[in-house]
Amino acid sequence: MTIAFYLASAVAIAATIMVITRRNVVHALLYLILSLLAVALMFFALGAPFIAALEVMVYAGAIMVLFVFVIMMLNLGPAGVAQERAWLPPRMFVGPAILAAILLADLLVLLAGNPASAGQPQVVAPKAVSLALYGPYLLAVELASLLLLAGLVGAYHLGRREPKKEND
Amino acid sequence: MTEPWRSLVVIVGVLAIALLVIMAQVWLERRIIARWQDRRGPNRVGPFGLLQLIADVIKLFTKEDWTPPFADRPVFVLAPAVVMTAGMMSFAVIPFAPTIGIVDLNIGLLFFLAMSSMGVYSVVLGGWASNSKYSLLGGMRAAAQMLSYEVFMGLSLAGVVALAGSFSLRDIVEAQRHGWFIVPQALGFVVFLIAGIAETHRLPFDLPEAESELVAGYHTEYSSMKFGMFFVGEYVGIALVSAMITTLFLGGWLGPWLPPLAWFGIKTFFFMCFFYLMRGSLPRPRYDQLMAYGWKLMLPLAMLNLLVTGAFLAAR
Amino acid sequence: MPIYSALRSLWHVFKHTFRRPITVQYPEERPRIPPRWRGRIILSRDPAGGERCVACYLCSAACPVGCIALQAAEDEHGRRYPAFFRINFSRCIFCGYCEEACPTRAIQLTPDFEMCEYDRQNLVYEKEDLLISGPGKYPDYDFYRVAGVAVGVKDKGAGERELPPVDVRSLLP
Repeated sequence: MTIAFYLASAVAIAATIMVITRRNVVHALLYLILSLLAVALMFFALGAPFIAALEVMVYAGAIMVLFVFVIMMLNLGPAGVAQERAWLPPRMFVGPAILAAILLADLLVLLAGNPASAGQPQVVAPKAVSLALYGPYLLAVELASLLLLAGLVGAYHLGRREPKKEND
Repeated sequence: MTEPWRSLVVIVGVLAIALLVIMAQVWLERRIIARWQDRRGPNRVGPFGLLQLIADVIKLFTKEDWTPPFADRPVFVLAPAVVMTAGMMSFAVIPFAPTIGIVDLNIGLLFFLAMSSMGVYSVVLGGWASNSKYSLLGGMRAAAQMLSYEVFMGLSLAGVVALAGSFSLRDIVEAQRHGWFIVPQALGFVVFLIAGIAETHRLPFDLPEAESELVAGYHTEYSSMKFGMFFVGEYVGIALVSAMITTLFLGGWLGPWLPPLAWFGIKTFFFMCFFYLMRGSLPRPRYDQLMAYGWKLMLPLAMLNLLVTGAFLAAR
Repeated sequence: MPIYSALRSLWHVFKHTFRRPITVQYPEERPRIPPRWRGRIILSRDPAGGERCVACYLCSAACPVGCIALQAAEDEHGRRYPAFFRINFSRCIFCGYCEEACPTRAIQLTPDFEMCEYDRQNLVYEKEDLLISGPGKYPDYDFYRVAGVAVGVKDKGAGERELPPVDVRSLLP
């Protein structure tokens, strides 16, 4: 399982690097999907199969399809690639890279100072997840559902057909 | 036999038999639909035309494998592989018999749903990468259709999961020892069946292909084995959805007298034939009708089913 | 959603499981072809064994696709016959107008349709391919028994054992 975990992490990192360096948006999205799949595999290796399946279903399966759908609708073509190239010269990466490096160093220091209580990964059954969600974390679940409801109402409002005005 | 070797044999065996069944379906479908149309269907190549599928495969292999110059090459090649892979992967969690089955995941059902949501990509990306009008239209239709129907495909199964108390397909089959779930979950069964047809984009919900409107939809630009893989992927979908219906609603391998594998085969065969019957008799709905059925009829039905099941379980 | 109509059509299609296919398994099982079927064209002979065709070009003129070509010639008795007679079956639409136009019932359509060729050129039938040894659909018909024949020194109906030609404009028997 450890090997699988590190392999999946390597794939995830490589795929994510590919995501931010691709000029073609659809290719970038494909790598993002790959990255999400790798993350799902990491969850699986860590003993959380339920989250792994949800990661694939919800993130890689549903949300990313929507992204692809929207990008297909926009039909960018070569012009989009050229625009990406103009907007993303290598020097644009310097700032975020430095910030990310600081975070990484921070993380490494914290990990070094505090030897993790990693222990053996323990398989969490779906039942345990649901008990946790609807037990101690009920409030969070309700908040999230409230947020989704707000999103739903907003989407309905945006997509609503305006009633025809009388004096038009 | 040692454990790894045994699992390897099972994996290869299941893959080989699944592929064989899928290929045989092409022949079966043509024969059965011919029967329903008072024709005879393919009966020239070999006994009862059984070698027709071999002839077809040879034909597909030897056709020109053409990639259009305007296509997005890597994605164009990747798309047909995804549908095959996702479909075949799902067979890993299906319990064919008490001792036959590749893996018994405790999230087996979710794995199936995850793989079927991966299958959407092949159609969408195939349509996009072909870089032609009809392919793009097919891909867009596929994206919206499969995404919507996936939602209540999952929801319709929630009732089964609630009754069985597990995501493991093996546990779900065992839970049906005293009555198949098709009786208490009749509504869920209907919703899953319809969502399954839409998910495999078979007729009557074949809007992504829709020969009479979009040439061949998302695989207009595909030829040779790349087309063959889309073609096989569709039949993988039929076999998969039939096997899932069998497992989830009809008690899987359970049944008297006959061996478990035979029961599984008979039930799956029945649903495959039902798929062909749908193809042979129903007209294709309009696109907005399809989406309206989905969101305004199927979703409330699936919700209602879950609600009633939940109330029943809570009361018990 | 028309659920009832969908279920009904499912049932109606399913009922066909118990019907016999109506397909005729062609090479093994031959369909019955009526005698007046318009198939392969032939040139027939009269009961005495002579060619019926008098090379009048009417068939060629009647042909809507222009697939009949022939060349008239005369034998030593002044009797006309086709020097060559050619039908291009890759053009022929089997309309039967040539048969209707023919005054001597020489050209006839037969109940034979198996005329496949791998080479298009082989579909051009010459006179020796078209001419059969029998009288075809009209076993007793002999044009010259009705019309008479003028041979150099004698006019129509003037020979021995020959009746004068029928006056087709008269109503009398």
